Amino acid sequence: MILLLQYTLIFASVLVLVALGGCFSEHSGVINIGLEGIMVMGALGGALMMKFLPAGTSAFLMILLVVLAAILLGMIYSLLLAVAAINFKADQTLVGTAMNLLGTAGATVFVKAMNTAESVDNVSSTIQYIDAKKAFLVNIGGFEFNWFMLLAVIALAAAYVVLYKTRFGLRLMACGEHPQAADSVGINVYKMRYAGVLISGMLGGLGGIVYITAGVSEWKFENGVAGFGFLALAVMIFGQWKPTRIALAALLFGFFRALGNVYTGFDFLKALELPSSVYNMLPYIISLVVLAFTSKKSRAPKAEGVPYDKGQR
Amino acid sequence: MKHEKRSLLRNNAVQSLLASLLCILIGLLVGYVVLLIINPAGAGEAITTIVKNFMTYSRRNAQLKYLGSTLVKTAPLLMCSLSVLFAYKVGLFNIGAAGQYVVGAGASLYCALAWHMPWYVCLLAAVVAGAALGAVSGLLKAYCNVNEVISCIMLNWISLYLVNTLLSRVKEATSPYTLTLASTNPGAILPRLPAFCMAWFNDNQYVTIAIPLAVLIAVAIWVLLEKTKLGYELKATGCNKFAAKYCGMQENKNLILTMGIAGALVGMGAAMLFLTGFEQWQCTQSSIPGMGFNGIAAAFLGGLNPLGTILSSYFIQHITNGGAYVDKTMYSAQISDFISALIIYLCGFVLFFKFALNNWLDRREEKKAARVAESAEEGGKAE
Repeated sequence: MILLLQYTLIFASVLVLVALGGCFSEHSGVINIGLEGIMVMGALGGALMMKFLPAGTSAFLMILLVVLAAILLGMIYSLLLAVAAINFKADQTLVGTAMNLLGTAGATVFVKAMNTAESVDNVSSTIQYIDAKKAFLVNIGGFEFNWFMLLAVIALAAAYVVLYKTRFGLRLMACGEHPQAADSVGINVYKMRYAGVLISGMLGGLGGIVYITAGVSEWKFENGVAGFGFLALAVMIFGQWKPTRIALAALLFGFFRALGNVYTGFDFLKALELPSSVYNMLPYIISLVVLAFTSKKSRAPKAEGVPYDKGQR
Repeated sequence: MKHEKRSLLRNNAVQSLLASLLCILIGLLVGYVVLLIINPAGAGEAITTIVKNFMTYSRRNAQLKYLGSTLVKTAPLLMCSLSVLFAYKVGLFNIGAAGQYVVGAGASLYCALAWHMPWYVCLLAAVVAGAALGAVSGLLKAYCNVNEVISCIMLNWISLYLVNTLLSRVKEATSPYTLTLASTNPGAILPRLPAFCMAWFNDNQYVTIAIPLAVLIAVAIWVLLEKTKLGYELKATGCNKFAAKYCGMQENKNLILTMGIAGALVGMGAAMLFLTGFEQWQCTQSSIPGMGFNGIAAAFLGGLNPLGTILSSYFIQHITNGGAYVDKTMYSAQISDFISALIIYLCGFVLFFKFALNNWLDRREEKKAARVAESAEEGGKAE
């Protein structure tokens, strides 16, 4: 039971972080389908940092540096979307899809090259971080508290305050609703959209490193992040683009994802004798069903996905 | 009225071709730079290997044989890209091609291996399975307003796990791969081409009617989109759902139909590969096969024209196969995935490229007109 709670919380943290990232980007008016690729890049940054930091690094420094590396790589990678979608008015779905493919392929090529350079026989795309991962965990009576859970809560609170209580957040949302009106009162729409996409890169990258360290202590980059970026988008839609609702939605989705990891620990679930693939499918099925029932009255930012053209009426 | 001579560069098809070539060029260049960074020693050789693909073999027979192998995998890719293109023309982004490919493979292989059906039944089963999956996304979009991109991704993963479970019933006892068609049910293998055609590919046994069939379907899709009432209605729905409704078209039906057709195309494509016996399905697969995603690359690289995608599908498959030949002690085969992903990314800039090109042409013409006017004026003064 404690294990289920632990996994639920850690997966919910991933979903909250990434969904908030998507939320910032969409509120500024840019659809970020590329979250999956951004997560892979953030995960790569964090994993590399864990691999190369010397063994004796203090836990605090370790966490700080790993988080910074993930955030930095995620933000740099999200620039690909920002430049294409904001400056060049490219099709945002197409560019996002390309970023997902590019993220996984790029990370695989990079990690394989690194592994092969270390020893010629090693052609795997895996990075190991068994020791480094311990810095993130605190054992509280059987429950493994992960510092990332705290980070997710902080990010949630910060997102709420920034979006609803600051001038920046309100202006950002205006750019996603009616950019022409925002521009007419002197807001620089391009800058705001850049800010939105970069924040989503930051949160997406952070979510990526949390995801790959959540369950296991090594990661095979060929697998990308298994559609988690899209699950996060589903969480965001279910959460109606509002931080507090997103948090609740993330808990629900995180629970079903966690079931896949720990269902063998429950006698009644074991007694059902369902194949393990059913549990693997569960989060995706649930999100599909939930979306089918909630999308009808969804209130997406009005101008999302539409490139802003100053000359347009 | 005087017929104005238009610059060749103004032609839309020429512009698309230029843009695609530019995408390929930049994609290969960036790929080369990445190879240089990884290991400068073999980069030049690696990139030529990728571009040459089967031409790396020195013997002509081997070249022909591996040209055949590339074509065998081009057929399903062409089907995937046609599907993406078809949906895109109707304003839908069929990222679910990957999942429809998976169910197509699952349905055709299960019919062939478990029920020992002949090839045409297996092919039909794949078409139906793909169409059904596509129609689910269409239904969700039409009646529940679920974004087709999200629902397609969810269905991709669901179908992967489903098909893995289904096909592990017909797998080899000692390996994670499905039984071979040749040993279990040779009747499910697609018919080969006539003997004189087989000689072109040095009797590569996997070359089947799938290849000409895929090309025929590309032509059929072009006709459907450009020359029929249904194609016109579908495109109109894509342009503006509400206007289409106002004109008396059934916009929801059109949405579902589009996704159904798109799914059917991909399902058929999957059968075209798996019913040749070229590949077996690996039942422990933990990531979705890249074929459907490469279809997106091919569709956009082909300038969203069914006939253009024939060429672009071949190109994408050509470099993907070429990637398998690079020196594994230095680089990984994924470098080709990387290059095709880059190409998709660059395709996002095509619209801007055309816009900039037209702007440049406009300016040039204006200057020319101004110069002509000026010289005419000067000529007038001299008199």
